[in-house]
Amino acid sequence: MKFAVLVNEGPYQHQASDTAYQFVHAALQAGHDVMRVFFYHDGVNNGTRLTSPPQDDRHIQKRWSDLAAEHKLDLVLCVAACQRRGIVDEDEMKRNGKDADNIAEGFRISGLGQLIEAGIEADRLITFGD
Amino acid sequence: MSTLNIVNKSPFEKRTLEQCLKRVGDGDSVLLIEDASICAVAGTAYQDQLNATAELTKLYVLQPDLDARGFTDAKLLEPVQCVDYTGFVELVAQHDRVHSWL
Amino acid sequence: MEEDEYAGGVIKKFLYVNRRQPHGTVYALESLETVLIGAAFDQDVSMLFIDDGVYQLKKEQSPDGIDMKNFSKTYRALEMYDVEKLFVERESLEERGLSAEDLLVDVEVIATADVKALVDEQDVVLSF
Repeated sequence: MKFAVLVNEGPYQHQASDTAYQFVHAALQAGHDVMRVFFYHDGVNNGTRLTSPPQDDRHIQKRWSDLAAEHKLDLVLCVAACQRRGIVDEDEMKRNGKDADNIAEGFRISGLGQLIEAGIEADRLITFGD
Repeated sequence: MSTLNIVNKSPFEKRTLEQCLKRVGDGDSVLLIEDASICAVAGTAYQDQLNATAELTKLYVLQPDLDARGFTDAKLLEPVQCVDYTGFVELVAQHDRVHSWL
Repeated sequence: MEEDEYAGGVIKKFLYVNRRQPHGTVYALESLETVLIGAAFDQDVSMLFIDDGVYQLKKEQSPDGIDMKNFSKTYRALEMYDVEKLFVERESLEERGLSAEDLLVDVEVIATADVKALVDEQDVVLSF
């Protein structure tokens, strides 16, 4: 079955991103297809590579990036939410005249249309948030 | 046509559980995760409401969330079934749609 | 916002469930954004306002004093985007001392007991 996942909360503050990760991991293990994980609202904060959690804690961003590398997951950050919160890729850096980018490996920035498209194309869309 | 309803808030903090329960019915399921998992434990103020809901609706709880909160060996409400993340995935696949009560 | 036209030809039923007030959190605004973007995909869209979500449609919102955008006017424009199915739960209005006259747009008022039937028709439920 083809799943799409929506993540509305950032890392560490709320369990939503953790539960979403465990769900996606289990779905992939079971042989399902996860066609997209869309990060919206504060959820886009999962996609900065500049976090340094303590070594005895889980590394939420790295966990997503690793899963994306292993399974060719499509991790999409909502562009409007990113612009408001300072999550920047190279294109956004140039377009908005910023002096750095911070997007993590395996993530990309795109529009809300990607969420609607996921809702249309996936058999099930499941939301994790607060 | 069945809906998997997911609740993730403690009913002792927010009213999401009761707001969900009054709008579900025959053939639906309710999955308790994160801070909502604790109401699967027998003896809370919500047990009568959940038991009544279970007459028409299936109830599930995400076991890792119960474990995390110290309720691995707790007595659960009789109609509640435990699932792990794999079981969670199966529930999503088995229902026609998912409604996350955020 | 740049958006890719969707040429897949599939039409699904999307329900946007709105359960929170405007302004206190970002979700009401983002729900509206999603609905507007989604309109380009020619899907079958309904919006449901229950619990505190009914406050999103309250007339005479003036958020100037909290320096936020008054996006409530956009609900009136939804019709132009072919989003015409707006449902409001009667019990949620009544609990809050409101009636359909307090709302800034024409809606269909339904009972709590009708919500399940509405949800049962849907392919995708997005809750904000």
